[in-house]
Amino acid sequence: MASITLDKLAHSYYSNPKSDADFALKEIDYKWENGGAYALLGPSGCGKTTLLNIISGLLVPSKGNIRFDGNDVTHLQPEDRNIAQVFQFPVIYDTMTVRQNLAFPLVNRGVPRDEIAKRVAEMIEVLDLSGKADKKARGLTADEKQKISLGRGLVRHDVNAILFDEPLTVIDPHMKWQLRTKLKDLHRQLGHTMIYVTHDQTEALTFADKVVVMFEGEVVQIGTPEELFDEPAHTFVGYFIGSPGMNIIPCKINGNTANIGQASINLGGSYKASEENTELGIRPEFVSLSTDKKGIPVKVDAVENIGRFKIVRANLEGHAINAVLKEDEPVPADPTLKFETGRINIYKNSHLVRAGG
Amino acid sequence: MDKPYNNKAWFLVLPVFVLVALSAIIPIMTVVNYSVQDTFGNNQFFWAGTEWFEDVLRSDRFWDALNRNLLFSFIILCIEIPLGIAIALTMPKKGIWVTVCLVLMALPLLIPWNVVGTIWQIFGRADIGLLGHTLDAMGIKYNYANNIFDAWVTIILMDVWHWTSLVVLLCYAGLVSIPEAYYQAAKIDGASKWSVFRYIQLPKMRGVLIIAFLLRFMDSFMIYTEPFVLTGGGPGNSTTFMSIDLVKQAIGQFDLGPAAAMSLIYQLIVLLVCYVFFTVMSNVGVDKPDARVSE
Repeated sequence: MASITLDKLAHSYYSNPKSDADFALKEIDYKWENGGAYALLGPSGCGKTTLLNIISGLLVPSKGNIRFDGNDVTHLQPEDRNIAQVFQFPVIYDTMTVRQNLAFPLVNRGVPRDEIAKRVAEMIEVLDLSGKADKKARGLTADEKQKISLGRGLVRHDVNAILFDEPLTVIDPHMKWQLRTKLKDLHRQLGHTMIYVTHDQTEALTFADKVVVMFEGEVVQIGTPEELFDEPAHTFVGYFIGSPGMNIIPCKINGNTANIGQASINLGGSYKASEENTELGIRPEFVSLSTDKKGIPVKVDAVENIGRFKIVRANLEGHAINAVLKEDEPVPADPTLKFETGRINIYKNSHLVRAGG
Repeated sequence: MDKPYNNKAWFLVLPVFVLVALSAIIPIMTVVNYSVQDTFGNNQFFWAGTEWFEDVLRSDRFWDALNRNLLFSFIILCIEIPLGIAIALTMPKKGIWVTVCLVLMALPLLIPWNVVGTIWQIFGRADIGLLGHTLDAMGIKYNYANNIFDAWVTIILMDVWHWTSLVVLLCYAGLVSIPEAYYQAAKIDGASKWSVFRYIQLPKMRGVLIIAFLLRFMDSFMIYTEPFVLTGGGPGNSTTFMSIDLVKQAIGQFDLGPAAAMSLIYQLIVLLVCYVFFTVMSNVGVDKPDARVSE
């Protein structure tokens, strides 16, 4: 087990990158703590798999270096880095039994026979595969196969980190939840450093202690699920996390108030007026509808009832805005909007600014 | 659920019935017909029962030809399958060379059997052939026309030259379909090159290898044109394979009865070997059914 330090790391698939846009992964400086559970979250093509492959050693970064516990491993091959990786599609050795599959990495490393037998037996127990230990691995279901690929990593005690590359993609929805719980359990039991790549926010937020949100090759925020929800550092995070995402509306700042067209909103703190592109962000959960004349009049476009709550899609001075209402809350005929003051975030050029700044 | 029944549907399969009847059933029944009858000319036929089959199975001529066939197919498979796998493994997976290699590999397959035979027949001649002349000049005695070993070597060379590409192309198709993640996982598991071949590439090629094996077995077992062009079955009877013998009997001697019986036996052998092989190969590495029930 090890901490992983990314030191001014950047990667481009071009041999001679000219501008920032040529980088699939823009410069990143970060330390992954030993034993942490991290998620790399972002849409397809945001560079998360690139980052993962650099950590696992399948890819050598064009800039910067990567250290495991202070040792530079930038140019080491995957097999010399002592990491394990679980891929999008379950990789198993078809002709081997479950037991042989789990023993394979140990056999290749020349571990003594009785030691292998002991560790594999333990691992079969941990993975709940006892009944199937001596079956051919190819007859198993997708989630069992994925457990085996995970087990091949866990069975090596010296493994520095376990990397997951969207491991639940091919798993049936009802098994996804179980497997995720299993992963979380294993993390608690064995305490490996785990890095989990996904584009599914639920997976990321439930699995990880810290979520790294990536967007167009850039790490836009690293934080706990709470931080990502309450104070997105970038409008993309606000939009990407949460369902529906954060309302982001262009506005003009005037001291304590923000103006959206004719409407003015109290911000509860003073912001410097700026010529830059300023936006107001508020989660739909903190927008409420009432008939109070002091609120901001809006036009309701649609109401979607999705079980426990409703999403009201409304129009505020030409900007779409969503509000989340409880299931039994009525939608008034001529509603006005109210924003919860402490929950308003202000963004300049897409980046969060704090009151007084 | 009730399935709708409509007897008019038979009309839809009628064209297929007609085609299969004309192309397969009627010709085969003709052969069956000849195999159980005898004739003394004048288009008069007499019932002969299993007489021809017994004759064929008792004749040394048949067993010699069958042994030659089995030996030939065995040698061909032993050379072409491993060689095909080896070549497929060394072929590039991406880049412009892929097309070049594929075209080169496909070339021999486009050449008709008798042309291949003629090419090698001339190639191996000591007087005008490059190979024959060179070997002669080097002091190596090589003459396919009167040396049994040389004749066999030449025919085997022809077949390997002609058909290894087929195995290569099939194996290559199997290899490129292996997802990159398998190789990456194997790297992370610390697998050696041999382990990658043994536990990833070979199992993933299993399906295409079964096809390659069956195709090469059937085709080599029915070899006719190459020895016919080269020596016409000689020297002596050393390259008289079953197909050549069959033609000699049926067309040369006009012994339709024994020839028909022999061709039926011939066909049964091919079917039997293919069936046994396919069943065995399909079950290799699969859990036994009773093991699965005991879950």
